[in-house]
Amino acid sequence: MEGSAGNHEVYPQFLDFIPKEREWLVNRDGQRRHGPSEEKELELRLGPPGDQDWSMRDSTRKNPGDKSESLLSLGYFSSMTQNISNGSQNQMFSASENPVGAVISSPWSSSAYGYRGKTLHNQQQTKVPSFLQLTSPLQGLPVVAHEASQRCCTEAVDIQGAEKKAFSPSSATTAVPNSSQKRTAPGPVVGWPPIRSFRKNLASGSSSKPAPVSQNRVPDKVASRTPVETCRKGLFVKINMHGLPIGRKVDLKAYDSYEKLSSAVDELFRGLIAAQQDSCPAGNQNKQEEEKALTGLLDASGEYTLVYEDNEGDMMLVGDVPWHMFISTVKRLRVLKSSELSALSLGSNKEEKVRH
Amino acid sequence: MQRMACSFPDEVLEHVFSFVQCDNDRNAISTVCKSWYKIERWSRRRVFVGNCYAISPGMVIRRFPELRSIELKGKPHFADFNLVPDGWGGYVAPWISAMAAAYPWLEEIRLKRMVITDENLELIAKSFKNFKVLVLSSCEGFSTEGLAAVAANCRNLRELDLRESEVEDLSGHWLSHFPDDYTSLVSLNIACLGCEVSFSALERLVGRCPNLRTLRLNRAVPLDKLANLLRRAPQLVELGTGAYSSELRPDVFSNLSGAFSGCKELKSLSGFWDVVPGYLPAVYPICCRLTTLNLSYATIQSPDLIKLVGQCQNLQRLWVLDYIEDAGLDAVAASCKGLRELRVFPSDPFGPEPNVLLTEQGLVSVSEGCPKLQSVLYFCRQMSNAALMTIARNRPNMTRFRLCIIEPGTPDYLTLQPLDVGFGAIVEHCKDLQRLSLSGLLTDRVFEYIGTYAKKLEMLSVAFAGESDLGLHHVLSGCENLRKLEIRDCPFGDKALLANAAKLETMRSLWMSSCSVTFGACKLLGQKMPRLNVEVIDERGPPDSRPERCPIEKLYIYRTVAGPRFDMPGFVWTIDEDSAMRLS
Repeated sequence: MEGSAGNHEVYPQFLDFIPKEREWLVNRDGQRRHGPSEEKELELRLGPPGDQDWSMRDSTRKNPGDKSESLLSLGYFSSMTQNISNGSQNQMFSASENPVGAVISSPWSSSAYGYRGKTLHNQQQTKVPSFLQLTSPLQGLPVVAHEASQRCCTEAVDIQGAEKKAFSPSSATTAVPNSSQKRTAPGPVVGWPPIRSFRKNLASGSSSKPAPVSQNRVPDKVASRTPVETCRKGLFVKINMHGLPIGRKVDLKAYDSYEKLSSAVDELFRGLIAAQQDSCPAGNQNKQEEEKALTGLLDASGEYTLVYEDNEGDMMLVGDVPWHMFISTVKRLRVLKSSELSALSLGSNKEEKVRH
Repeated sequence: MQRMACSFPDEVLEHVFSFVQCDNDRNAISTVCKSWYKIERWSRRRVFVGNCYAISPGMVIRRFPELRSIELKGKPHFADFNLVPDGWGGYVAPWISAMAAAYPWLEEIRLKRMVITDENLELIAKSFKNFKVLVLSSCEGFSTEGLAAVAANCRNLRELDLRESEVEDLSGHWLSHFPDDYTSLVSLNIACLGCEVSFSALERLVGRCPNLRTLRLNRAVPLDKLANLLRRAPQLVELGTGAYSSELRPDVFSNLSGAFSGCKELKSLSGFWDVVPGYLPAVYPICCRLTTLNLSYATIQSPDLIKLVGQCQNLQRLWVLDYIEDAGLDAVAASCKGLRELRVFPSDPFGPEPNVLLTEQGLVSVSEGCPKLQSVLYFCRQMSNAALMTIARNRPNMTRFRLCIIEPGTPDYLTLQPLDVGFGAIVEHCKDLQRLSLSGLLTDRVFEYIGTYAKKLEMLSVAFAGESDLGLHHVLSGCENLRKLEIRDCPFGDKALLANAAKLETMRSLWMSSCSVTFGACKLLGQKMPRLNVEVIDERGPPDSRPERCPIEKLYIYRTVAGPRFDMPGFVWTIDEDSAMRLS
């Protein structure tokens, strides 16, 4: 589509509003198509803000015969709607055209959702006479839900409809004016309620509450983010090896004894150490020891020793306390050169810790 | 006027201008005459760019050659609620590159909703020798490696504030990169970080920075470490705890309580994840001094909350979960007579039924009992026009009113009417209202009230409301000071937009998603308004592959003097003056 000038077919109403130059002013008396069965054309004037020139104001405010004021009223308002033509009441929800599909039994939700997919042509409006009287009783304040237009884009409307459908009450059988609006769990709408991701899932404290399902194409990567990454299935702690810049992670729940942990550590790093020694220019004499096993991790008898950092930040020798106690306090593991052990301050030198 | 202006030497004028710090006043000064413009631009030290795409870095640098402080905002507000797809934009990289070359003496960078990478952080760390303040609010794209670079290189760093940013946690080791002789830290906010930082490094850092006044820890810092930290920093003014839970032990409790008591300057508390109520009394000694209390992560029940807030007679700002319930808010109304800001967040926003006894009554109570209340964010499940009218009459000094009734389209629960008149009362009585968020069942009428009365309104958020373009037209034509308008799921289409196109140039931005705006109208706007960027965000593919009457997914319009941007992803479509559809 190229330019506005050529869009005569698509925007007949705008052609009149938008001359070739960038003037948007509209002749106030023009353009009014005021047939009884036509919708009201809204005169638009591009002026400074505050220019209350919306011509509808002056028009058929009290013109009940004008069928263009076809307001959709909801069942509960039928007794209060004085301004609407009766014929419109049957247009409630326009179920056949409504992309949401099902007749939504609760009157409240549909009014918010009945607009999907409609175009300009079907927008209708009227003036509520007493709009400035805030304390006046609400006379004939219909909630206007417009008929849905023919689907101009089925795909788009379906997407939108799917969202809305998810939110409409599924099991409310009668349109009861129940203030608490009991309904089964409504499906999640993207970005609603408007709270940040890090505020979600607080009540349960865990991820048991469903995070909102994103309807976007883009995966909603933040929805499942929790501030603390506690994995209930395993206890993954970092393990760094002396001399290796890249650490690993081990799942301590996979082991039930120090021996198993030790052999696991051995397997993890054995290959990496050998690879590093191969690349080390000064390590030629170690080449024949291709994959030297890491032994003696637990008793400082080997070349390397296993230590850990506990929940108080202290470095401790692995193996002193029962396994279950170790599991509950360990935060990370390190494999150090045994020769460097004495240089570090080990927690066992401090006051006796009996806490778990 | 010109003669008078020339009668003062430049230095004198510059000295006078130095007392004018407010951006609007500075802007006004610069329009007086050429001479003042020149002096002002050379002496401006701080600039705020509300939309990073409204102007280019080069333009800012050309006009203000001696900046020391810059604040930039990127993504639209609705990005907070995942409505802006990833990759939309907001990259700070071009700004950092340009400023690295132009402002070697830059001291402060504040970003909000922008994408900043580790490379950008490293460039900051290396380029600005006197760098002092880094605030990354709701930013993303970086990891702890970038933080390590900042810690290691910014010798004069005073503030490192990561509030609510998304940080890739590679290791907690970054904190150790602060050199041992680094002592100038004033404010540290790492509350958003998931992984542990090295606690011993944190302790040493806190201990050697005598000017530290703000410390917001992350959840991973256990409670039994808190006392030691506090004892090293008794001068703290603002504290965010880590997880506030531990096995109840009298020695830990008394240690903690003593540590809190030692903080005589403490005025602000936050954190409180995983609260064990038994440890709450540890803060009682300082409650009377608190002016800000953020309990919005504290999953504790109303009685415990009441005991706590009941002692905070000087509280000005309270953020809390709806566990506080109406009874708790009654207590707030009775005790916190100086309250200015209240935010009540939902504990169970996706549950179908209310899980707490929090209704509109709580807000009404606070509005009655707290004469200084001016800022409200309130999530609840029921509301009535009567309550809103009461609140409006009680608090005509309200300036920020954001109400979120959790279920869209909820009417007045007493009368089943829309909430138009209630919100109408708010805008009518609260003449200085700057920010308003609507919810509940609303017709076009509420927008008529807003257009008529909300003359000072600057930001309006609308969702699931209205009936026709008339609603949008009321707002665009009536709200003279409107700067930001964000709309989702409303039946607003092309007419009001096109009729008020000129208004859009007086605003910072307009967001419309899941409305009824057609691509044709967007093209029209884009062609006719060269000083607006009209961005159609649509992940379904090219908008012209669908009928032009088909509503687009999302629309973001903002005024700019920088022309169309060149970093748009594939799902953003824009139209420029020569009518060609621009792709990224």
